[in-house]
Amino acid sequence: MAEILVLAEHVGEDVKKVTLELITLARRFGEPSVAWTGPGAEQGQARCAEYGAARMYVADDTAFDDFVVAPAAALLAQLVGEKSPALVLLAGTAQGKEVAGRLAVKIDSGVLTDAVDLQPGDDGPVAEQSIFGGATIVHSRVRRGTPIVAMRPNAVAPEPEAGAAEISPVSLAGEATGARVTNRVVAERSERPDLTEASIVVSGGRGTGGAEGFGIIEQLADALGAAVGASRAVTDAGWYPHQFQVGQTGKTVSPQLYMAIGISGAIQHRAGMQTSKTIIAVNKDPEAPIFELADFGVVGDLFKVVPQLLEEIGKRR
Amino acid sequence: MNIVVLVKQVPDTWAERKLKDADGTLDRASVDGLINELDEYAIEEGLQIAEAQREAGADAEVTIMTMGPEKAAESIRKALSMGADKAVHLLDDGLAGSDALSTSYALAQVLSQTGFDLVICGSESTDARMGVMAAMLAERLGVPQVSLASKVAIDGSSVRIRRVSEDGYFEVESTLPAVISVVEKINEPRYPSFKGIMAAKKKPVQTMSLADAGIDPALVGLGGAATEVVDHTQRPPRQAGTVVKDEGDGGVKVAEFLAAQKFI
Repeated sequence: MAEILVLAEHVGEDVKKVTLELITLARRFGEPSVAWTGPGAEQGQARCAEYGAARMYVADDTAFDDFVVAPAAALLAQLVGEKSPALVLLAGTAQGKEVAGRLAVKIDSGVLTDAVDLQPGDDGPVAEQSIFGGATIVHSRVRRGTPIVAMRPNAVAPEPEAGAAEISPVSLAGEATGARVTNRVVAERSERPDLTEASIVVSGGRGTGGAEGFGIIEQLADALGAAVGASRAVTDAGWYPHQFQVGQTGKTVSPQLYMAIGISGAIQHRAGMQTSKTIIAVNKDPEAPIFELADFGVVGDLFKVVPQLLEEIGKRR
Repeated sequence: MNIVVLVKQVPDTWAERKLKDADGTLDRASVDGLINELDEYAIEEGLQIAEAQREAGADAEVTIMTMGPEKAAESIRKALSMGADKAVHLLDDGLAGSDALSTSYALAQVLSQTGFDLVICGSESTDARMGVMAAMLAERLGVPQVSLASKVAIDGSSVRIRRVSEDGYFEVESTLPAVISVVEKINEPRYPSFKGIMAAKKKPVQTMSLADAGIDPALVGLGGAATEVVDHTQRPPRQAGTVVKDEGDGGVKVAEFLAAQKFI
């Protein structure tokens, strides 16, 4: 069976959900092999096995922490050379896409990013991408080299299937060079899920009226176990940190449920959330374009609707 | 210091953007083009670095580099009117349909000819949104990649940046030459002044063809692309949902919807 190479995203020993999605997806095309960079593989092994990884190539090298992007691309290029996989899958995070880009140059292969689906085709895997703010669906394929595809998180649901996830240590050839990481600063980590990985995202917009009003968005997110997002109006005004911006120049999310609270839904915002499975909107303007996308919408004052919703969620617990 | 800022002309986000039926490439002729928003931050950053260099008594020059059709000259003019010194326009019909991999090859060829201490670009374009160009160029040019910068400091022959990460940021440093990509909000891009607009008319724009840049025509354009569009369709409008007016029970209605969908 064809070997499919998956670059694991993990924080230490914690395997990120997108990695399980990639392993699940890889099974459509062949036998998943996980490329693991840095420490934590022994602890992460069970999780990879649970989702059907056949083996894990583990390069426990400090280079992955010390240098940006380049060593991960070097490792993948090395594995492509040695194992000739039929396909390389990465997470479509900012960093994952950069690794994909460098790998593409190294092995002179086509790269597709932000795929929301990937299906086998007569001439290799066919990726579905949602472009122009979600207005157009494109199917593309790689026609030169080993296909490299960066998948948008939440594109596929992880499904368990037993695998051996046999660990095979590899050493990174050559000396790492390039841009050196001198310090890592982790923002105050909330208990909330990562914005791009979350199954539910609750986003607030201009309608929240300010940093204080935005608190209600956080409350609703916490009641639903959701991540918090914000429109550009909110982050531009400094009501909420910039890294939570959903939209064309911010994060792209594709959760099971997206709640747009006090967001009008300009194309700039829609570009970042249009592929969400279910969309709920609350806005006081009945003409707000967000209602064109919403599966369910309420025209009303968010400061009345959301508190009542919170109360209802509390009652139903 | 030789600073090259890569600028891409993209279709206006607010316009209706389409792919051409014939070959699945972007229909650039039918919509207004403007500078990719994230590239405006790159231009501003380049200008600020050059200004700081000059203040410190060093020479500095900002070159705008664009690959694109004739029309992209408008974006070059705008970048020059913001204050860049000169521009290189890689313009050749043979480039149409290039994918990211072939674009990076073409740009790397031009950059190898012009030379550079710093290459600065936006972290992604608003049309393709791939976010791979800085990484690809660094790989091709064999120089450090200092990308996704929310803050840049140049110190003699080294550069230090804040690289945004999923949950915070990294501090990253490298020697020059290097390729930098910048994220939104790194600075406040300036508006061209009247003086700047007038001055831009006299600034040199060098047009280069594939042959001028030593680019192998077989490796660019639709034929040289390593990826291809199989098909494309307009997304069917989302099934019209239910929109209700809050009659004092809006929150309850949302809760009922969430419960019916098993979210609560």
